[in-house]
Amino acid sequence: MSFKSPLEGIDEQFEMIQILNEDGEIVNEDAVPDLSDDDLVELMRRMVYTRVLDQRSIALNRQGRLGFYAPTAGQEASQLGTHFALEKEDFLLPAYRDVPQLIWHGLPLYQAFLFSRGHYHGNQMPEDVNALSPQIIIGAQITQAAGVALGLKRRGKKNVAITYTGDGGASQGDFYEGMNFAGAYQAPAIFVVQNNQFAISVPVEKQSAAKTIAQKAAAVGVPGYLVDGMDVLAVYQVTKEARERAINGEGPTLIETMTYRYGPHTMAGDDPTRYRTEDMDDQWEKRDPLVRFRKYLESKDLWSEEKENEVIEAAKEEIKAAIKKADSQDKQKVTDLISLMHEELPYNLQEQMEEYKEKESK
Amino acid sequence: MDVKMERKAEQTNSTQVLTMVQAINDGLKTMLEEDDTTILLGEDIGKNGGVFRATEGLQEQFGEDRVVDTPLSESGIVGTSVGLAVNGFKPVAEMQFMGFIYPAYDQIMTHVSRLRMKTMGHYSVPMVIRAPYGAGIRAPEIHSDSAEALFTHMPGIKVVCPSTPYDAKGLLIAAIEDPDPVLFMEPMRSYRAQREEVPEGKYTVEIGKGEKLQEGTDVTLIAWGAMIPVAKQAAKQVEQKEISCEILDLKTLYPLDRDLIAESVQKTGRAIIIHEAHATGGLGNDLISEINDTSFLYLRSPIERVTGFDVPVPFFALEDHYLPTPQRVLQSIEKAVHF
Ligand SMILES: Cc1ncc(C[n+]2csc(CCOP(=O)(O)OP(=O)(O)O)c2C)c(N)n1
Ligand SMILES: [Mg+2]
Repeated sequence: MSFKSPLEGIDEQFEMIQILNEDGEIVNEDAVPDLSDDDLVELMRRMVYTRVLDQRSIALNRQGRLGFYAPTAGQEASQLGTHFALEKEDFLLPAYRDVPQLIWHGLPLYQAFLFSRGHYHGNQMPEDVNALSPQIIIGAQITQAAGVALGLKRRGKKNVAITYTGDGGASQGDFYEGMNFAGAYQAPAIFVVQNNQFAISVPVEKQSAAKTIAQKAAAVGVPGYLVDGMDVLAVYQVTKEARERAINGEGPTLIETMTYRYGPHTMAGDDPTRYRTEDMDDQWEKRDPLVRFRKYLESKDLWSEEKENEVIEAAKEEIKAAIKKADSQDKQKVTDLISLMHEELPYNLQEQMEEYKEKESK
Repeated sequence: MDVKMERKAEQTNSTQVLTMVQAINDGLKTMLEEDDTTILLGEDIGKNGGVFRATEGLQEQFGEDRVVDTPLSESGIVGTSVGLAVNGFKPVAEMQFMGFIYPAYDQIMTHVSRLRMKTMGHYSVPMVIRAPYGAGIRAPEIHSDSAEALFTHMPGIKVVCPSTPYDAKGLLIAAIEDPDPVLFMEPMRSYRAQREEVPEGKYTVEIGKGEKLQEGTDVTLIAWGAMIPVAKQAAKQVEQKEISCEILDLKTLYPLDRDLIAESVQKTGRAIIIHEAHATGGLGNDLISEINDTSFLYLRSPIERVTGFDVPVPFFALEDHYLPTPQRVLQSIEKAVHF
């Protein structure tokens, strides 16, 4: 005999959740989030602001005024929709592309620029910002998030740890381990996988035989949701519910957001024409998160071109000021780093410190 | 002053002028053609040709079964390679940057390096791990590590590191043909820094052998990979001061070419070791031990080390301050000579 495959019917279980379609129309009335008009406008403001920030960051990088930068355009709904569902006290563990969430969580813009420039102050979160700096090592933040969440639970906090990775990141062992730990502890964690279809050049189909990343959570007894990552309302609502469950002691959630990065992987020489077609780019741009949310807000009379221009101008001004502030930051010295290696420096570092002090004094 | 090395090219008449990264590409291509069991695995090595284009065009030529874009998992890449290796294949695994080898460290430390011994030779692991390493290319955090000492300390794995296009191809082919695991370190800073004539087809540079790049009498500079140009510059600068440097390019970091080192140090009586990895626990310490064992009574001054500091390789804004410079080497040379 042959047994029924446990994979039978799995596709229906992981259908993509959408609230706002590509034309900005509500397609899932029951699921529309309970957001005030002000909230809706604020969400749009953040997305527009972040798009401008992305464009300016790319330009500044090309002028040599920024260093490492991973473009974000296309992913605004995934990044800001998930973040909008959080509270200030929630703890963020972002990846290198998730600088916008950090900024909206309270990281000053000039520090984000310093991070890009390889200045350590960019990693130094202000006291009131609960977050680690952007993770370079793919997957490392995911197991750490389980620990942050366990800590929050042990301390009786009504807060969550939220961590971000990409479709590629979901192939690392750390991804399974982190979800499994959080599941085992029923810790208040939210794991977000922004599935932007590519890990640098490798298409998501090559990462796994699983049709969705969301379903990977099921293996560890954690609910996984597949969401239209270009639909900010759906992303927000799914995250909001995950957060509610988490702080009510119902454990972690995995959220896979289907999205796309319009730009190159990073600004360090990646050439997307090598691995994706213009046609594919066009298909995704039609689903743009800003376009559809704008339509929705305009239909409710909450947004206008004038309003958008105001946001764009304000963003540009703030970016300019932040770059100026970043420019005026003291250059770092090797001795600064050496002195930070331990609470008390062992002799080898003391010697190296002296050697460098002498040089730096010249 | 250059010492002409006897090159062990299997007489291939024609040459091409290549950069190091092109020479690596050519070496991979040569072995894919030569040996059906050669299989490349890595992130973005297929369609994209690798983030440095080291595997450019290879998937197109040899197909997706032999040039495999893997899922994003270093431990998976190395573990899968172990499995392929014990099953008759010659995997060449790429770590996108050496700083990302750590998730695979467990596989390398506990399996790649010991399988031959623990199965009494029933299984061996004839695989190569390619790892672009080193600072100075303005990459983000952790992309710039120089972690050779973690692997030279690991019994059972050979470690090689070329400094020229010619050696890159020859050492790579030797590594792929080696019956045991070899870590092949690629100095990113040198990928496109120099072009030279590289023979077409197959030739090898022997693993375990270094090369005397420059004959000298006063002091021996020992370096490898991206530190070779630094050593050369320093040697040039002290020429005016009538200090004559001998320069050794180690090429293989495990096992060391102890005869080459001993012969040179016994002649000059002084040695400067240059590496960009941290000082503490760095390969420099093993080199000092070798010199101690072979040449102690010949020494005329303490052996100097010019290395990175005992901090993680800093963010790129500071990496130039971390890296050994000709200036720092020069100071050490003078210190040794005027001891
Ligand atoms: C452990 C590790 N391996 C490899 C890399 C190199 N790398 C940086 S980003 C990337 C692809 C990541 O893709 P994905 O997880 O889908 O995130 P995306 O960049 O698309 O947001 C790779 C391979 C790394 N940073 N860390
Ligand atoms: Mg991706």
